[in-house]
Amino acid sequence: MAGSDVLINAEGLTKKFGDFVAVGNIDFKVYKGECCGFLGPNGAGKTTTIKTIHCVLPLTSGKLTVADMNVSKKPREIKKMIGVAPQENNLDPDFSVITNLLVYARYFDIQKAEALKRAETLLKFFQLEAKKEVIIDELSTGMKRRLILARALINEPKILLLDEPTTGLDPQARHLIWDKIRDLRKQGVTIILTTHYMEEAAELCDHTLIMDNGKIIEEGKPSTLIKKHIGEEVLEVSYDEKIMKTLKKKFPEARLEVLGDRILVFTTQPHGIFETFLKDFPLKDATIRNANLEDVFLKLTGRKLRE
Amino acid sequence: MKHAKTTSLFKVPKLTYRVWKVWQRDFDVFMKTWKVNFFPPLLEPIFFLVAMGYGLGTFVQPIQGLSYIQFIAPALISISIMYSSFFECTYGSFVRMYYQKTFDAIIATPISIEEVIAGELLWGATRSLISSIIVLAVVGAFGLISSPLFILILLVAFLGGLTFSTIAMIFTSLAPSIDFFNYPAFLFITPMFLLSGTFFPLTSLPPFMQVFAKTFLPLTHVVNLIRSLIIGNLETSLLISLAWIAAVTPVFFVLSINLMKRRLIK
Repeated sequence: MAGSDVLINAEGLTKKFGDFVAVGNIDFKVYKGECCGFLGPNGAGKTTTIKTIHCVLPLTSGKLTVADMNVSKKPREIKKMIGVAPQENNLDPDFSVITNLLVYARYFDIQKAEALKRAETLLKFFQLEAKKEVIIDELSTGMKRRLILARALINEPKILLLDEPTTGLDPQARHLIWDKIRDLRKQGVTIILTTHYMEEAAELCDHTLIMDNGKIIEEGKPSTLIKKHIGEEVLEVSYDEKIMKTLKKKFPEARLEVLGDRILVFTTQPHGIFETFLKDFPLKDATIRNANLEDVFLKLTGRKLRE
Repeated sequence: MKHAKTTSLFKVPKLTYRVWKVWQRDFDVFMKTWKVNFFPPLLEPIFFLVAMGYGLGTFVQPIQGLSYIQFIAPALISISIMYSSFFECTYGSFVRMYYQKTFDAIIATPISIEEVIAGELLWGATRSLISSIIVLAVVGAFGLISSPLFILILLVAFLGGLTFSTIAMIFTSLAPSIDFFNYPAFLFITPMFLLSGTFFPLTSLPPFMQVFAKTFLPLTHVVNLIRSLIIGNLETSLLISLAWIAAVTPVFFVLSINLMKRRLIK
């Protein structure tokens, strides 16, 4: 992609809180019109990175530009072109659904008539028309998330920052939000999202950056990353000493992982290899599945719990 | 390093018209529940005037040529100014900042954190102005306004309200939790309520306490100004009171904004 298409450019981006390094010297680029996902366990530095992009957290060091504007010099201009859907619900509980949008529009200097028009359209887009006059406390979690997204779009942003847009939602609400994100991408909005859900990243992102402990440890297209780190298929079988030995002999180059009472076999060999193997050694409860981004994520960030 | 930090606390913030967008947000919320917001401040001074003015006042000699009810009427206006802005910018602002995350939502827009806090302070001052109007109406209905200068009380209400707002915001910037406000409420507001020349003249206090009240208690100056304006008694001490408010408020205004910024932007 041409250099002029770079919309967000971070060089040596570092953010410390006291002695704690939340984000340590990272470089990344986000291109115009793409959907870029920041993945990582809790505390990886995703939200911190997002907050530096929309100019609410000053950098400790490094350089960050949005549309060629420096975040520390042009925060107002940058914030005008960005829509933010934060992780925490910060809708205004003192107002109804529609008033939340109108008051937010006022912060952007949008005239009342125009704001009303946009608010109506957004409520329709997110299927919240019926809740127009309802106060925030009476909305379900899914409705609140949708309203936060609607609010993020009130200034018709060129860049949309979504910090865990679907955390805690039921599958229906999640799919609705995914549809809307895809729609927005088609309209040319550049989207940056953070998520714990690898399925979500694989579904929506053109480009993913995997973060851990404040660093970017891998990046690329989801399908490329899967191929590079995992391969095409994964074999899962019940744990057994004998089977383990057979597998080791049969797939010497493969990575075997024991997870509870299951053995996972990751191989870079082409599609169909496990099927052939199972014909010769029919194993009980053996399943072959496609390799996915979650396999990549766990391989790179480990299985240890993060608090 | 320490020096650099201290100077940054007194750096004059850059503010634009966007301050009023924050003010407008608070105003809109207030108007939504105006019935709740208007009635308590209307009833409270009535109770005070009846109980203390008529009831207790029967046993009190005239003070500085004023009957007791005349003496306490300006104090009631002053106290309402103090309470409304102080509680708006402690409990009110803390709830918006900490529980509702309203400030976080606003600073994701072109409005800066400095403008958010300035808007909150001006809103606190506006609440004082609104309260003073309500109490003035009650005091007027009791026939206790005797000078056309009373109209200047509105100015004092806004300025004094701003003083209390900035002090309140400094407490908010330091409050680890909402319970913390019990300290300033009991150790600062209550003594001020009683010792600022409100229910008895300042001269009844021991001299060192008079000095203390004039130096450290803003309510003393607000009461002094309002009592003079309501009866049309202009004297030089008014200039001192006005100067005190005019000197302290801008400093606290800047300080409270910078302290809040330090709390919220890490």
